[in-house]
Amino acid sequence: MIIKKGIAANIGIAIGKTYLLKEDNILIEKLRLPKDKVKAEVKRFKEAIAKTKDELNAIREQVLDSLGKQHARLIDAHHMILQDPLITRDVTDMISNQCVNAEYALSEKIISAVKKFDRIEDDFFAERKNEILDVGKRITANLVNQEKTSIKDLKEHAIIVAHNIYPSDTLHMRRSNKVMAFCMDVGSKSSHTAIFAQNMGMPAVVGLGDISRMVKNGMTLIIDGEEGNVVLDPTPEMVEKYKKKREELHKQEHYLLKIKKLPNVTRDSKKVNIMVNLDPDDNFADFKTYNTDGIGLFRTEFLYLNRNNIPNEDEQVEVYKKLLENNKELPVIIRTADIGGDKASNMGIKEIKNEENPFMGFRGIRLFLKYPDLLKTQLKAILRVSPGTNVQIMIPMVTSLSELLSVKQILAEIKTELDRKGLEYKKDIPLGIMVEVPAAALILDHLLNEIDFVSIGTNDLVQYVLAVDRVNQYVSELYDPYHPAILRLINLIVQTAHKKGKKVSVCGEMAGDHLAGAVLLGLGVDALSVPLKSYLKTKQNVRNLSFERISGLAPRLLGVSNSEEIKEIILKELQ
Amino acid sequence: MIKKDLRILNKLGIHARPAGLIAKTCSRFVCEIKMIKDGYEINPKSIMGILTLAAGNGSVITVITDGKDEEEAMDSVEQLFNNKFEE
Repeated sequence: MIIKKGIAANIGIAIGKTYLLKEDNILIEKLRLPKDKVKAEVKRFKEAIAKTKDELNAIREQVLDSLGKQHARLIDAHHMILQDPLITRDVTDMISNQCVNAEYALSEKIISAVKKFDRIEDDFFAERKNEILDVGKRITANLVNQEKTSIKDLKEHAIIVAHNIYPSDTLHMRRSNKVMAFCMDVGSKSSHTAIFAQNMGMPAVVGLGDISRMVKNGMTLIIDGEEGNVVLDPTPEMVEKYKKKREELHKQEHYLLKIKKLPNVTRDSKKVNIMVNLDPDDNFADFKTYNTDGIGLFRTEFLYLNRNNIPNEDEQVEVYKKLLENNKELPVIIRTADIGGDKASNMGIKEIKNEENPFMGFRGIRLFLKYPDLLKTQLKAILRVSPGTNVQIMIPMVTSLSELLSVKQILAEIKTELDRKGLEYKKDIPLGIMVEVPAAALILDHLLNEIDFVSIGTNDLVQYVLAVDRVNQYVSELYDPYHPAILRLINLIVQTAHKKGKKVSVCGEMAGDHLAGAVLLGLGVDALSVPLKSYLKTKQNVRNLSFERISGLAPRLLGVSNSEEIKEIILKELQ
Repeated sequence: MIKKDLRILNKLGIHARPAGLIAKTCSRFVCEIKMIKDGYEINPKSIMGILTLAAGNGSVITVITDGKDEEEAMDSVEQLFNNKFEE
């Protein structure tokens, strides 16, 4: 047994037999041709091109049938390479002018084309040279009439081992249902094969150095795409260990992916909006594939970090545009920045001395109302990107009605200004607040007359209600989202909002927690907003709940005197 | 001669498929076409040249068309860029 460490390209575990994909190690010799043979050599080259073209056409048909137009385009790209003047013109020129054989001329031209990729630092683009190598290999194989070993020929389930896997190989892998996993000598996390493995959900390890020389056809292998390990010839104990690991992994991963396309409803068909909290460095495109109910919280604090000036309107417009360009219909809630006074000092607004207790200090809307230019710039940027979107605005740290009225006053001024300038904006952008200061929860009936929705920031709310700083090691144990006071306050928020016909979402950690999420929905919360990485897990939890039962539990939960009992009741229900 | 700066809008940038589309489109015209990124110049009628541009999302490419059908060529190229190479 040997364990080899490589780069984990895609998570998953496979145990199976090796299928070694041989490189066509065709030795290319340079041959000098007599002048009178040159014409025939050019003809031979052109025939090989024509044959390759036919092959590509055949593959294209198959791909179009089974995988669709997008994948067929890859073959179109290979067609273009085949017709590229660097091949059709330069190779034939070299054959004629230098009187050399076609194989040699082709390989020289391919080598010089591929050399141009050396200057590229970005792995993804540097890897594109494989498209050219791929086509080059096909033509060469046709020149020497050698059949390429192919995944097409695979008869039984197997793990593919290769020096390198080319784009056309991955197409065969897609079509074959016999490939369990693959590993190879070269490659990195961003190589096309790694991306392919991720798309296919196929375990893969790349960058193993010399694995293709260490294995033999039929040898048992374990691919651990989580750790990036490949086990050659494993002991029975090792196989057992990995079978267990695989089972555990399957239970989570597989199920979660399966429910991706299903609606966000409880077991008894009650629709629950599950949204995501997005940070600017999250992958927006990735988010798109999750079929969420929108973005419940877009944090904008990052705009203000590590800089010594205020982010201007245009800069912010760029960021919001990017966020909204692929999300036209879904609600996207942008929260104005919840930064503290220290950041404002860094940006040169005014010297603000270190605060004794920044949590209860100069932050969120308090800071933004003191320096209204900060708020104006941000609101203006949001308004400018609003046409044709479902963007919504949320204000953090609201404590009093007067703060809210000041915000609305500023918003109205901005609208007048935009009207005057003839700039377009959406007229009815919903405005909401974060409920995280207990005072806001207690006067919510007054606040609700001025807003369209509320979102409970449970992380801060719990800290403020319990007077516990959870990063303070002496009291962090007292941080308890199941404290009866928290449940009662959330209940008050939901009841008050619903009475006025307004929706309540929760965007703190409680929303993504298995037990707490159930409690929240039982109390009548309309939407949960969770980090992207917990989205599918939350969805799974919601889909396993009976809304009727958890909402039936609510009165009982609200009557309980301690958090242990609350947890017990809900745990029992979920079992 | 027409010269324009075009931005790459699709997520993955110019990988094999977009490169194929660009080469296919450019080959239809007789005028001379050049694409330049950070001082590196290629002939977009050659897909192999295009691939070496290493043009990722957000990068800006200077496109020059020069010759009889330069206007149509520029229009077609611009449309391709704006459509995110149909991705």
